[in-house]
Amino acid sequence: MPPRFNNSHRPNIPSKVYHPFKLFIRMIKNLVNNQIPLVCLIVLLMIIAAGGPVIGTSLLTPILQAAIDKDLNQIYLLLTIQACIFILAIISSFIAQITMVRLNQNALHRIRARMFKHMEDLPISYFDQRTTGEIMSIYTNDTDTLRQVYSQSCPQIINSIVQFIASCTMMFIYSWVLALISCGFLILVFLTIIFISKKSSRHFMRQQIDLSKLNGFIQEMTNGQRVIKVFNHEKEAINDFKQINERLEFSNAKGNFYGSIMFPAVNNIGYLCFASNAMVGSLLIVSGAFNLQATILASFMNLNKTFMMPISNVASQINFIFQGLAGASRIFSILDADSEVDNGYYTLVKVRKDENNSLVEDSSSTNLWAWKNTKNGELIELKGDIRFNDVDFSYVENKQVLFDINLYAKPGQKIAFVGATGAGKTTITNLLNRFYDIQKGTILFDGIDIKNIKKKDLRNSIAVILQDTNLFTGSIEDNIKYGCPNASLEQVINAAKLSNADSFIRNLPNGYKTIITGNGSSLSQGQKQLISIARAAIMNPPVLVLDEATSSIDTYTESLVQSGMDKLMINRTTFAIAHRLSTVQNCNAIMVLDHGHIIERGTHDQLLLEKGIYYQLYTGGLELE
Amino acid sequence: MKEIIKATKGYKKYALMSPILMIIEALIEVFIPTITKDIIDIGIQNSDYTFIWQRSVLMIILAIISFISGVGAGFFATRASAGVGKNIRKALYDKIQTFSFEDLDKFSTASLITRLTTDVSNVQASFQMTIRICFRAPILFISTLIMAYIAYPSFANIYAIAAPIMLSLVCLATFPAIKLFRQMFTKYDKMNLISEENINAIRTVKAYNTQQREIDKFVQASKETRNIGFKADILASFANPISSSSIYVCSILISYLGAMLIFNDSSSSHIGLVSMMINYGTTILMSLTMVTGISIMLFMSKASLDRIHEVFIQEPSIVNPSNPLTEVKNGDVEFDHVYFSYSKNDVMSLKDITFKAKQGDIIGIFGPTGSSKTTLISLIARLYDVSQGQVKLGDEDVRKYDLVTLRDAVGVVLQKNTLFSGTIRSNMLWGNQKASDDEIYKALELAQAKDFVIEKGGLDCKVEEEGTNFSGGQKQRLCIARALLKSPKVLILDDSTSAVDTKTDASIRQAFKTYIPTTTKIIISQRISSLMFADNILLLKDGELVEQGSHNYLLKNSKYYQEIFNAQAKSSAKLQEEK
Repeated sequence: MPPRFNNSHRPNIPSKVYHPFKLFIRMIKNLVNNQIPLVCLIVLLMIIAAGGPVIGTSLLTPILQAAIDKDLNQIYLLLTIQACIFILAIISSFIAQITMVRLNQNALHRIRARMFKHMEDLPISYFDQRTTGEIMSIYTNDTDTLRQVYSQSCPQIINSIVQFIASCTMMFIYSWVLALISCGFLILVFLTIIFISKKSSRHFMRQQIDLSKLNGFIQEMTNGQRVIKVFNHEKEAINDFKQINERLEFSNAKGNFYGSIMFPAVNNIGYLCFASNAMVGSLLIVSGAFNLQATILASFMNLNKTFMMPISNVASQINFIFQGLAGASRIFSILDADSEVDNGYYTLVKVRKDENNSLVEDSSSTNLWAWKNTKNGELIELKGDIRFNDVDFSYVENKQVLFDINLYAKPGQKIAFVGATGAGKTTITNLLNRFYDIQKGTILFDGIDIKNIKKKDLRNSIAVILQDTNLFTGSIEDNIKYGCPNASLEQVINAAKLSNADSFIRNLPNGYKTIITGNGSSLSQGQKQLISIARAAIMNPPVLVLDEATSSIDTYTESLVQSGMDKLMINRTTFAIAHRLSTVQNCNAIMVLDHGHIIERGTHDQLLLEKGIYYQLYTGGLELE
Repeated sequence: MKEIIKATKGYKKYALMSPILMIIEALIEVFIPTITKDIIDIGIQNSDYTFIWQRSVLMIILAIISFISGVGAGFFATRASAGVGKNIRKALYDKIQTFSFEDLDKFSTASLITRLTTDVSNVQASFQMTIRICFRAPILFISTLIMAYIAYPSFANIYAIAAPIMLSLVCLATFPAIKLFRQMFTKYDKMNLISEENINAIRTVKAYNTQQREIDKFVQASKETRNIGFKADILASFANPISSSSIYVCSILISYLGAMLIFNDSSSSHIGLVSMMINYGTTILMSLTMVTGISIMLFMSKASLDRIHEVFIQEPSIVNPSNPLTEVKNGDVEFDHVYFSYSKNDVMSLKDITFKAKQGDIIGIFGPTGSSKTTLISLIARLYDVSQGQVKLGDEDVRKYDLVTLRDAVGVVLQKNTLFSGTIRSNMLWGNQKASDDEIYKALELAQAKDFVIEKGGLDCKVEEEGTNFSGGQKQRLCIARALLKSPKVLILDDSTSAVDTKTDASIRQAFKTYIPTTTKIIISQRISSLMFADNILLLKDGELVEQGSHNYLLKNSKYYQEIFNAQAKSSAKLQEEK
């Protein structure tokens, strides 16, 4: 049984709730990353880039005025100023963009790297509570929403604010009467946007619900596609799909519709506004009131646009900001998740024995290791003696999985665990290398409480062959020397020979250099297991944990796997989780687990005589898996 | 492309209305500046109140029409694209339903799911974009240019020269950017592969203390993504300064020429003209920028379109014959020198298989993993087609039957079987839409599942996705019951009782014998005790039928069978003695 929780087991993890404002600040902080002067410069450049064109374009009014006044010098002067403003704006915008690109890409890289670094430190329980898809979507979808905020929303919002202020100022400078009229229409713009956003977000939510329903259906039914075929269920599947699909079409059309009318709505309110401006303005000009000039109207049409469009631009970014905040909250919740605790002070060191047969630290020694208490320098020889004393354990509170486990394995002894699914076999072995921490009792390694051993060194001294073999993209050689990357090819081959993997690897097109992708999908289950045995063998640790794979492999390969494991077990303290009972017969002790209790213990023959659970399991009277 | 055009079926009106309204909106947008020009240059110049009033009201009316067209265009565009999305999804899903097992193998479930969800969404979004912007931009460009020429040709010439220069410069920047974006996606995929591997293999990583190395690997990949991202983004950001520079240069030129025009003219009747021309300049050049922007988007969605296309062009490898038989006479099964390989160049998974089963027989199939037991039974329901030889059901080649008839007659309980979210009843109805509760309970009883179903609250008991709220053995028994409800002529159990204890297994076998004696039963199992009562046991090894016969016959004649039997029976036999 993989110790991953299945759905019914999985506790509902309350995702961390952040204050949206604090979240936003943190999001920006990651972007800024202490480069405040640089960011200030960028913002300044953006202000020039956004405000310059508004001012430059509205210089049309004084230019035309100068032309009417027949002031040639003034025309040239203003044109030069206009050209300068434009050049300045373009240069600023270009520099701002290039710097922003660097800033964005760096910020994204930084947050990805931080996430990954932190993820590697998270306890196993974090991964139990989430599916791979859930965590992956933080790396892909959520980081993407952040990119959207950094590269689009932030510049767009700054840009819009500057444009709005600049246009507003210019309008009031030219004519406060016309400016007031425009402000009146601005209220109309606001109301329209609020109306549209409200409608849009409601339909958007409906759409999301329908979409996730459709995706759920597709997921489930496509996974069961073969069953559909066997049961001639295609028509029903098509009909069910049709219904969900049509519901989505409806909410989809509605949801997008409101989003799509923002632009035409604001744009045309702009025209209405200008029509009113023109009407009132012309009348005022003709009547000569307020000293209004026709040249002012020439700039007003444009000013109205740059005055109102920013509002709709900001509104259309709001959705992205919210998505970004949701993404950021998931990103920060992985960053804020508690790392594994490691207060160990015993480390593994190389030693030799001096004349008095006492241990002396010696980094040149090759085969003798010891636990070193870094607090007082005491050395204890690494032997592989394991003891569990009154161990209680639960993955989640109030759901105890192991009760009062007592057992010992002297160096070189083999202990097997047998029991039904969920009895707690895999759990026991997970405690040994501190994938999980126990709530009560102690686990001793060579007499040292494993809580006091540095996790890295503890895990280095225990080789684990997990139930599911996970291989990494790379060559077979790289996979075998995964635990000790400095191993020579010779060592790799020796490990492969020991685990019976050598012969099949040699038959691959590129031998040990054959590249594996997609968790070794080109290899058979049995071959993957052989590689994982070789991977453990090369580590040469005193303690071995074997979680036998449940997937059935063919008899020949199984015999290879079996003898490979047998060879690996020689002279090592071994904890074996047996799923097939064929492995356990030669063990020093067999522990029969039931609902977290050790209910029977003894050798194979002793247990058969007891005629208890083991007897029933062995004779096939009970379900094992 | 063909798929998209096909998918507009039923939405053609919408798909056409949207561009038409878009064109109306664009034309009005082009026309409104000329009104402004007239108001300034004629109305104000001549102090003509009525003219100003008239034109202003005209402008308001046009703005309202434009607003309505804009909203209408949005309405039709979103309706059309939602419809197109729906149609593509439906067509894809329908297509997938015609796929045989072989076709499903080819695509993999995960990739089919992506195609149905993400890819369709991408295509739908760019379709919506296309029918809105792709019509708007060219119309805007052409009509503005024409209007500019009508109003003042020498000003318009500036745009006619500036537009192609700007367009080529923008293209020069964007096309290399597209190439870089494509490279970036490859790097991005590589980076995601590392994180996915790490999430899946976190126990291995921790057990081997390789965190730092994995971090280095990831950081390196992330850096590579970033570095290409830099280049791509910077190239892409050239487009903006290029188009704004062009706009500004044109604006300054027009301002200058306009000012000179007014300067040399005694009247001030060209103010509106200059203002309008500058406005037009922005419109002309922006419409071009829009086109290049859209082309990037369309390019990005092309990959999605290609993936969808791949599904559409896949011909289902198993189709109904032209004059299908619609009745299966009896449950006789015959394999006549059957060869099978999964793909043309692959080795034969089944070699020269010949055996016969009479209606009502129990056939056992035994052999190590990889001996093609599952492959063999797949051929009976025509889940795959033989490469050579014949598989016969009811004395006819299975390829002569109507597929539905054939699969209704053959009940297969797959090794990797699935229950679907719903209730026990909804799952059972898969076997027979019209089954009554009594019939369902009858089937559950045969499969030894009735007791726990009642215990869990009867047929309305909820089944979660993949049946996670049932144990392995319970799931297997529910799947058997579901297959029984089909009342098949042939019932195939592919290692379907592996998680069921031996006692229950025996009860199921006994029930089969008593209640469905005329059904041919073909049972694959790793346990000899499940097969020893079969009329005929097929012993498979490496795709070959090495031996067949009754349990006793095999015990005498097959050393391999004998060994396994002894190994499996050793303990129980030993214990019998001890008793």
